[in-house]
Amino acid sequence: MRRVAIVYGLLALFALCVPWLGIYPVFMMKLLCFAMFACAYNLLLGFGRMLSFGHAAFFGSAAYVTSWLVTAHACGPATAILGGVAAAAALGFAIGGIAIRRHGIYFAMITLALGQLVYFVCLEAPFTGGENGLQGVPRGTLFGFLPLRSDVVMYYLVLAAFLGVFLFIRRVVHSPYGQVLKAIRENEPRAISLGYDINRYKLLAFVLSATLAGLAGALNSLVLGFATLSDVQQSTSGEVILMTLLGGTGTFFGPVVGAAIVVTLQEYLSDIVGGWVTAIIGVIFVACVLSFRRGIVGELAARLGTAAARPPVPAATQ
Amino acid sequence: MSETFGIPVAVILGQLTLGLVNGSFYALLSLGLAVIFGLMGVVNFAHGAFYTLGAFAALLGLQYFGVNYWAALVLAPLAVGLVGVIVERLFLRHLYQLDPLYGLLLTFGLALIVEGSLHQVFGASGQSYPVPDSLSGVLNLHFMFLPLYRAWVIVASVVACFGTWFIIERTSLGASLRAATENAPLLQAFGVNVPLLKAATYGGGVALAALAGVLASPVVLVNSHMGTSLVIVVFAVVVIGGMGSILGAIVTGLALGVIEGFTKVIYPEASNIVVFIIMALVLMIRPAGLFGKD
Repeated sequence: MRRVAIVYGLLALFALCVPWLGIYPVFMMKLLCFAMFACAYNLLLGFGRMLSFGHAAFFGSAAYVTSWLVTAHACGPATAILGGVAAAAALGFAIGGIAIRRHGIYFAMITLALGQLVYFVCLEAPFTGGENGLQGVPRGTLFGFLPLRSDVVMYYLVLAAFLGVFLFIRRVVHSPYGQVLKAIRENEPRAISLGYDINRYKLLAFVLSATLAGLAGALNSLVLGFATLSDVQQSTSGEVILMTLLGGTGTFFGPVVGAAIVVTLQEYLSDIVGGWVTAIIGVIFVACVLSFRRGIVGELAARLGTAAARPPVPAATQ
Repeated sequence: MSETFGIPVAVILGQLTLGLVNGSFYALLSLGLAVIFGLMGVVNFAHGAFYTLGAFAALLGLQYFGVNYWAALVLAPLAVGLVGVIVERLFLRHLYQLDPLYGLLLTFGLALIVEGSLHQVFGASGQSYPVPDSLSGVLNLHFMFLPLYRAWVIVASVVACFGTWFIIERTSLGASLRAATENAPLLQAFGVNVPLLKAATYGGGVALAALAGVLASPVVLVNSHMGTSLVIVVFAVVVIGGMGSILGAIVTGLALGVIEGFTKVIYPEASNIVVFIIMALVLMIRPAGLFGKD
């Protein structure tokens, strides 16, 4: 336990010092946003055993709504982020309500299809800017005194949001609610027979995950200053799955590691290998599934024996 | 010229045949998905990639080896089916003991590899396959003009679908296939080579996808992402129809293609999403799908 605490402490120290270490701040903020996104995703996949293939819908719709509120209605960043997150939560309620009617692979296919529906809406709706997306989104001033134009201030805002999400998910998983969610993951018929209304638990997990994914998307659009179709695209849903799987499904820190690796790869690998990035990501996917199902953090935990190591998605009980 | 709802009948009929053409592809693809899932418990996310590979095989065969359309119609599915068998032997067979979600994730990765590589090698812009001379005319049905190639695609797909149905439901090979779906260890104890059967099934399923790709190559642009969005629609078709029934997959695929075609006439903005909306409605009313069993 102490070793884990030391690692977390060092990471926190590093995160606090980033603006003075000469790391490109926008890159670091993007990384944190995707780490947030992956943590939110992991709440659903790792602790609820629901494989959503449409999570970009929540990330992207929040990005669009936030950007739209800022550019078309001159809202401040706080209102805009709140609006984006609320949109993602509402969408999560709608899509989750439909998708939890089926299990396993059907759940995955349904979320994929509904995610594609959101993509087409974003492509054709009058306020989304079509193929161009919404560009030139100013960051504005938070609460009237925090100038987000400064990368340092924006960085600390994103870092605070990330820490908030990370600790919140830990809290949720360790709460009585989280224990029931895990019980449903392990053995759904048994949870039903114990009297739990499992659909309510699953829907809440879905909505929580969508909401937090929305927060990540809203912040990401403010960081970059635009919301584009790639935010809602199916490939983004695939990326967040890869981040979670690569880092370690069902571990707290795994998704952060996975997001760091995937975002870094995309940022720097494309300079070296050009357009082969997609194919390489596919290779990582295949390698993960074939030989690395616990993910990096899961494997480490199993080797070191620090946590109860378990396969990320337990064997089927259908 | 006669009109319905203020829309010329010829336009409606034109979109209807286009819808039937798309529906034929949906039927061929969802049929392959259903057969693979039935025996192997794998949802083949790479199905769209194999469809794309089929189209590329036809196009490259013509450009580099002078393979004509009719030969490509046989050779491309065979080649892609062989790739499928190799994929099953190399990767998929390691996942049968695991949660089906891993099969979905693995084939998703495979689709990224195939489509990413094709994109890198052949670029983003597409090429079209020339319509073969013998199919390039237009049929005058007096109430409408029907491009011969569209009629051919519909007929060929329906024949391929019912051929598959016949093999599965009426031959001894199909009987062992259905038996393996019910109880594979028992069938193996009777001396049937079940691993070979599984590899052949995967190969056969993706060969159907490749056949759809060859049929589609003269009517769509052949490029690396032609299968990406198609496979998502086909997944929705499968959810609507339920994967339990072969005839169900065929009927649902054709019907949704037609509905999509009609939507293009009545309210074009919704034509991309109508299948997904129908899926959501079906899930609310009948979560197991129209022909589903569970």
